[in-house]
Amino acid sequence: MKILSKKTAECTAMLLIWIGLVLLLGMLSHNFLSARTFAALANRIPALAVIATGMTLVLIIGGIDLSVGSLVGLCGAVLGVALLDYHLPLWLSIIASLGLGLAAGTINGAISVGLGIPSFIVTLGMLEVARGLAYLTTHSQTKYIGSEVEGLSASIHGLGVSPAFLISLLVIVAGQVTLSRTVFGRYLVAIGCNESAVRLAGINPKPAKIVVFALLGLLSGLAGVFYTSRLGSSDPNAGVGMELSAIAAVVIGGTSLMGGRGSVVNSFFGVLIIATLEAGLAQIGVTEPSKRIITGAVIVAAVILDAWRRRMHPSNRITI
Amino acid sequence: MTPEPEILRVDGLQKSYNAPVLLDFHFDLRAGEVHALIGGNGAGKSTFARILAGLTARNGGQIQFCGEPYIPKSKRDAESAGVVMVLQELNVIGASSVAENIFLNRLPRRGGFVRFTDLREMARQALARVGLNDLDPGTPASQLGIGQQQLVEIAGALARDCRLLILDEPTAALTNPEIVRLFENIRRLQTEGVGVIYVSHRMDEILRVANRVTVMRDGRRIATHETDKVTPPQLILEMAGHGLPERRHLRREAGGQVALDVRHLSAGPRVCDVSFQVRRGEILGLAGLVGSGRTETLRAVFGAEPSQSGEILVGGRTVVIRSPADAVRAGLGLVPEDRKQDALFLTQSIRVNTTIATLGLHSSKWGWLNERAETETSEKLSRRLQVQCASLNQAAGELSGGNQQKIVLARWLARDGSILLLDEPTRGIDVTAKETIYEVLRELARSGKAIVVVSSELEELMMICDRLLVMSKGTIAAEFLAGEWTHETITRAAFSGCFKPGEDAIQP
Repeated sequence: MKILSKKTAECTAMLLIWIGLVLLLGMLSHNFLSARTFAALANRIPALAVIATGMTLVLIIGGIDLSVGSLVGLCGAVLGVALLDYHLPLWLSIIASLGLGLAAGTINGAISVGLGIPSFIVTLGMLEVARGLAYLTTHSQTKYIGSEVEGLSASIHGLGVSPAFLISLLVIVAGQVTLSRTVFGRYLVAIGCNESAVRLAGINPKPAKIVVFALLGLLSGLAGVFYTSRLGSSDPNAGVGMELSAIAAVVIGGTSLMGGRGSVVNSFFGVLIIATLEAGLAQIGVTEPSKRIITGAVIVAAVILDAWRRRMHPSNRITI
Repeated sequence: MTPEPEILRVDGLQKSYNAPVLLDFHFDLRAGEVHALIGGNGAGKSTFARILAGLTARNGGQIQFCGEPYIPKSKRDAESAGVVMVLQELNVIGASSVAENIFLNRLPRRGGFVRFTDLREMARQALARVGLNDLDPGTPASQLGIGQQQLVEIAGALARDCRLLILDEPTAALTNPEIVRLFENIRRLQTEGVGVIYVSHRMDEILRVANRVTVMRDGRRIATHETDKVTPPQLILEMAGHGLPERRHLRREAGGQVALDVRHLSAGPRVCDVSFQVRRGEILGLAGLVGSGRTETLRAVFGAEPSQSGEILVGGRTVVIRSPADAVRAGLGLVPEDRKQDALFLTQSIRVNTTIATLGLHSSKWGWLNERAETETSEKLSRRLQVQCASLNQAAGELSGGNQQKIVLARWLARDGSILLLDEPTRGIDVTAKETIYEVLRELARSGKAIVVVSSELEELMMICDRLLVMSKGTIAAEFLAGEWTHETITRAAFSGCFKPGEDAIQP
């Protein structure tokens, strides 16, 4: 009973923080609390939301993935090339994009887990490689695709949200269920807590770890598709810096960078908070430089708050 | 020889962690003297050394150092008073130069910049004191052998104007020529008036290098001898003691089939050609000094450490064990020595900790967790092992050591394998939890499981085991059946590998 309520309480706290933020921005700007704002928000977040889902799992096993932003660019570029240069049907082009993301993620996982190299380094390399490949495939040019891909990000009539938004919600739910209700998810948390104990319990942690990186690669591919459809064109610069927004969102959601603790749903709230803040600040006329300063401060403040709250809780005071 | 002044006097020293480790301990040391400490596992040698070095605080008693009361609050405190301990695990920073290692914390500097010329000169002098005249102070420490690294640490100690040097098992990792060199250095220090406390298992070394030897047992001083007036057998008798009556253990007819058959297992430097069998229904004890290879043997059997050669048969069939996963599949379970480091998920609930090795049994075909089944299993096992907890959702890190150990044991009970390996299963836990664990082990044996227990507590092994193997220097030195053992015979076997000077039983 107590534990169940503890998890729900954390979720509720995130929700309340988001509502508080919305109300605050609403007070500062008269136009903020409108259906249009929320529609725009729903349109903005799918790419970041699916990446944050995968990133949560990667952070839980104690890893990190810096290549996701570049993979968004690369997979988007491939989508454009497949559609425009090879005239492939949309579904096949999307599969090519996702397949590429999956492959890149698998390479990340295989190298870092298989050879025991820190994922920070491996994915930093992939960040450069993927971005370079994105420029190569597009000859460094943004390609206009148009209505063929835009449908994915257009509001469904009468629903007010896009298919991309619905898919990202689905991904979040699937991610959370995987984490808390499956053997695989249990292994991820256990690996993040104490990998040596997992090994000595007779479980080989490597396959699960590689799968997590592969999954994030796949989700980065999906994010690339979402991004491309929102712009209606494939931009080799898409997703620059997205890895940092994703990590920030996940950390705001209370996932530990040391591994062993995290929640996909809370990461989604982290995404919401970051996106809302950016949209709201733009609306009340804050300039771009100030926007970045405020966003940065909020990220650090959120994590300080989280650390402080955890220290209050005796069960979280355990250090190895 | 005129009697040198006394530099250290210890009276009635006391220290307890969960249980008392030092009880009314007395000790004294003269300037220029080497005073050896010897005793079985848990006799209190290391605790005493750590108190002197400022690594742990005493609970009671007097320490006088150079005529003044001495209560070091930290390692730094002790070092500034002139007491330096060279630990078994060396503290050398591999990437730094030898000179920087010697003068770490005290680099000569001006205006925030290190004065490297001065540093080199100071380092050269310090190295000369330990006979390393040819060593370039600029060499990265990682390029040195262990023996040289140790000398560098000693040089660092001397450069601090050390008056009392504590060496804890200094020769454990050294080769013969390095040992000879170390002893030369110890002699040189003696002539300079430095007092040395020398903790070791190797009796021949002690008799060679020390002036006096103090035997410790159960946190007390049993006797202090001049080394030229004592013999190894006498020391062993004193270490073993005969105070406690050996528990007469009714040996069950261990006529079961052989469950685990380990043949000619060699793994790393500490396990060489080890062979043993365990039968169903039998509790086999592995005794020996810390570092004799007991833990490594268990870990190698379990696949947690790579083995170079050997064969393992489970239930009569050869199995290839390259990882713990292989071992678990073959029906083995390991309760490791360090439960926090190697077994527990401290932030996770009792339930999660209990079922981690059996999630296959607690989930559907598609990998969905069956939390109700998990709760049932952990409830049942917690009751059987009398785990004291507020609820099964309590984090493992909140439990006492005894209850934590029960959770680790429960994990393997859930698995119901045929062979259970336990490494120090009752270390640091309270008496009632110990009794529960013993009872459960006996029950398991009765139900036909094969059990191997490593322990540093002889009493414990004598109480629960049907048979006992004593390891010494990586090999099995002796075997005893229940009731055929005495403290003395076991202790003698445990020290048997420690008589020949420097001869590594480890050689290929």
